[in-house]
Amino acid sequence: MTWIVRNLWLIPTLPALAAGLGSVAKQRNRRLAASLAIGSMGLSLLLSLGAFAHVLSLKGNGETAREVVNFPWLQYGGEWVKLGWMLDPLTALMLVMVCFVGLLIFIYSTGYMSHDENFTRFFCFLSLFAGAMLGVVIANSLLLLFMCWELVGLTSYLLIGFWYEKPAAAAAAKKAFLTTRIGDLAFLLGMVWLYSQSGTLLFYDHGAGCIENAALAHLVAQATGIGLAASTGIALLIFAGAVGKSGQVPLHVWLPDAMEGPTPVSALIHAATMVAAGVFLVARVYPLMSVGAGVGPMSSTTALQVVTWVGAVTAVFAALIAVAQDDIKRILAYSTISQLGYMMIGLGVGGVAVGMFHLITHAFFKALLFLGAGSVIHGCHEEQDIRRMGGLKRFMPITFATYAVGMLALCGFPLFFSGFWSKDAILDAAQAWSVSRVPFYLGCVGALLTAFYMTRQVYYVFFGESRLRIHHEHQASPHESPVVMTMPLSVLAVFAVLLGIIGTPAWPWFSSFLNGETATLDAGRFFESGILRVMLISSVIVFTGLGMGWWFYGRRPIVSATAPDELERLQPHIFRVLRNKFYVDEFYKATFIRFTIWLSRVSDWFDRWIWNGAVWSVSHVVLGLSWVARAADIYVVNPGFDRGCESVEAGGKLFSRLQDGRAQDYLRYVGLAFAGLVVLLIWSGVR
Amino acid sequence: MTPLANCLLLSALLFSIGLAGALMRRNAILVLIGIELMLNAANLNFIAFWRYGPNPEALTGLMFVIFSIGVAAAEAAVGLALIIAIYRHTKTTNIDQVNSMRG
Amino acid sequence: MLFKIFAVLTVAGAVAAMSFRNLVHAVLALIVSFAGLAAVYLLLGAQFIGLAQILVYVGAVAILIVFAILLTRDSGITSQSTTSSSWRGSIVVVLGVFGVLAWSVGHSAVYQQATSLPQGTSMQEIGNVLMQRFALPLEVIGVLLTVALIGAVTIAIYEKKETR
Repeated sequence: MTWIVRNLWLIPTLPALAAGLGSVAKQRNRRLAASLAIGSMGLSLLLSLGAFAHVLSLKGNGETAREVVNFPWLQYGGEWVKLGWMLDPLTALMLVMVCFVGLLIFIYSTGYMSHDENFTRFFCFLSLFAGAMLGVVIANSLLLLFMCWELVGLTSYLLIGFWYEKPAAAAAAKKAFLTTRIGDLAFLLGMVWLYSQSGTLLFYDHGAGCIENAALAHLVAQATGIGLAASTGIALLIFAGAVGKSGQVPLHVWLPDAMEGPTPVSALIHAATMVAAGVFLVARVYPLMSVGAGVGPMSSTTALQVVTWVGAVTAVFAALIAVAQDDIKRILAYSTISQLGYMMIGLGVGGVAVGMFHLITHAFFKALLFLGAGSVIHGCHEEQDIRRMGGLKRFMPITFATYAVGMLALCGFPLFFSGFWSKDAILDAAQAWSVSRVPFYLGCVGALLTAFYMTRQVYYVFFGESRLRIHHEHQASPHESPVVMTMPLSVLAVFAVLLGIIGTPAWPWFSSFLNGETATLDAGRFFESGILRVMLISSVIVFTGLGMGWWFYGRRPIVSATAPDELERLQPHIFRVLRNKFYVDEFYKATFIRFTIWLSRVSDWFDRWIWNGAVWSVSHVVLGLSWVARAADIYVVNPGFDRGCESVEAGGKLFSRLQDGRAQDYLRYVGLAFAGLVVLLIWSGVR
Repeated sequence: MTPLANCLLLSALLFSIGLAGALMRRNAILVLIGIELMLNAANLNFIAFWRYGPNPEALTGLMFVIFSIGVAAAEAAVGLALIIAIYRHTKTTNIDQVNSMRG
Repeated sequence: MLFKIFAVLTVAGAVAAMSFRNLVHAVLALIVSFAGLAAVYLLLGAQFIGLAQILVYVGAVAILIVFAILLTRDSGITSQSTTSSSWRGSIVVVLGVFGVLAWSVGHSAVYQQATSLPQGTSMQEIGNVLMQRFALPLEVIGVLLTVALIGAVTIAIYEKKETR
């Protein structure tokens, strides 16, 4: 056990410690808070790189290299609950990604939040989030993962509601927490079921873990009452947790509202890392999801099919909504939901490597897009409506350049951008899926829409004339952001391009890294079964989408802020439905929320009248009893006692009359007693 | 009746007479005289039992009476001294009137 | 026969002692009673006791009583009644006591034999017993008499200088 594996726990602990120290720091110690956060994140990054290097050095032979450290945590009766951490290729990848992107966003935040008075609190929460997310990544126990998962949800709540004085922000935070809670409840149920069936929650425990072969064989054999195998049931429940956390339909409603939080928060949590935790979870328990799949035509398990369909529906659903949104961050939020759907498709049809590759590339370019949006908002003096922006290309060139790189990566512009390779891998696997071709078609539609709405956004924001509202005289025109904000943008842009290299079919380094094989560079793979065909199809789709975007929004510059959208002019009804997000929120409000409110009213009535009434009546019975006791005491016991005392006193008075002070009387009594005694003795037989 | 019974009856009679006087007379000195009589009756009892009892050689009864006479003498002395002291204090020998110790 | 005479004498003297109004007469009757008892003792063979009775009781106790009478003489004739106020209850008690005693005497197993005295109870024997077996009571009674003497003197002493 090498040093790095033994001390892997340091990676999440350092940021958590920074959070702890930051929580007791004074508000004005900004430098201290920021340096604690950035310093701890930097150290964690170094450690993660060390772990990554270590995993690289282990040349696997088809088996994924995996090292675990388990320790007993809690004893009850004769059983032990164990926790632990692990280091395997998946973990190492996620560690490096989270630390790196996190570090860049931390640096960016020192510039973005410099005007905010709650600077210190922000960095404290950010560090706590980082620690929790890293904990999710290295956890070897489903229980430890769940604990860190909940912590991630908590910090998400704290950060979304960071500006808690804004009612919208507080409501959004609450909505996020409650919606993910529904998913977490299912997750918990799945976890409990898994524990009861397999007796352990450790993932890998030298053969005894809950997703190792012995446990899986047992789970597949167990059948529940509704015709599902236990493994499927547990997998679906755990996937429900991922649905909540990763914003899949139907639990996606919190993500757009979460944009109330500061932009670095949106970048870190709701683009790159936390929402990716759901995808990561599915990847982590992939053996459970895929157990029972044989080789053959219908060779996917029920769980994986559900994952794929949910992902496919989400991808298209969110992309449709994004077309009609006007808030710069909301477009990106729906885009995130859509891309997460893609990742789920990838996991379902292609396996861990396909889904995770898109996750990694998405983290970089989505964080880039969000940070760029933050830069735009910062430069436009907190304006967020794209209809009121415009012409920023010449005011903020660096931002524009990096944003364009990110946008092209997201659309999947061919060959040069990482998004192309990762999305292509997904589409390739979807096309070859044995169950159905529909996810492939849905994926294609989603790609088209993605290109379209991103082009729309870029034209609205960066091209044309400036449509900014002038609030007061001497208001400066939009300005480029400081270096501390543009430097991370540049770094991320570089990675958005370069990451594509590790996942091309010619050199599938990524998937072989995850599977423990060695990758070879072979350009001939391009010409294998249909890869080229899929690449061509996706390129055509991307260009079509870009072209449509240009047709609607780029030909004539957008002049007025209040003029209706082009699409709106053409199809007002459809546009209105899309803009209102398919009325999902309203639907929830009319059904679930109303039911919950009704239930809460009923419970309140119950509490007030029945439980409270019971308590009240018990207390009154007790009061009555005490009153009776008091009455008995006053009217029965006291007089009784008094009478007793009086009789004793009277008796005493009576006897005291015998003592008259005259000796002769005493002598008389003695004589009387003597006579009586003798009579008694004779009578009782004494001779 | 046996001699012993005679003596015992005499003793009982003397005792009762002494008791009667001690109980009924008002004067303190007469009460004391009654007490002396009672003591004498007891002495007679002892002598009678010594004489007609099982073991006259042991002289137990005789000894007891010797000591009893001694004690009676001492008691009479002290009692009379007390009566004199009370007389000096209350100027009367009427024991009905000496009742300041009533309860 | 002799016993009966002396018995009657004793009882008569006792009754008289208890009933006379005049205290000195009562004492004299008491002396008669004591003498009768002494005679009974002599009849019973307890010569030493009989003579001791005369010496102590008649010679000391009775005279002491006379002295006490003299010292506590009331100024004037006692015109009150001689008996105390609650004499009826006393009669009852006395009768009860006598009845009990007499009954118990009568119903008990009283010894029938009239034994003859052993070689006489000489003074020598009494002295021997006093010095050997009853040595401790002898000493104790010496202490007792001393204490009684001192006590009586202390109680009855006439304090000449009574200022308060």
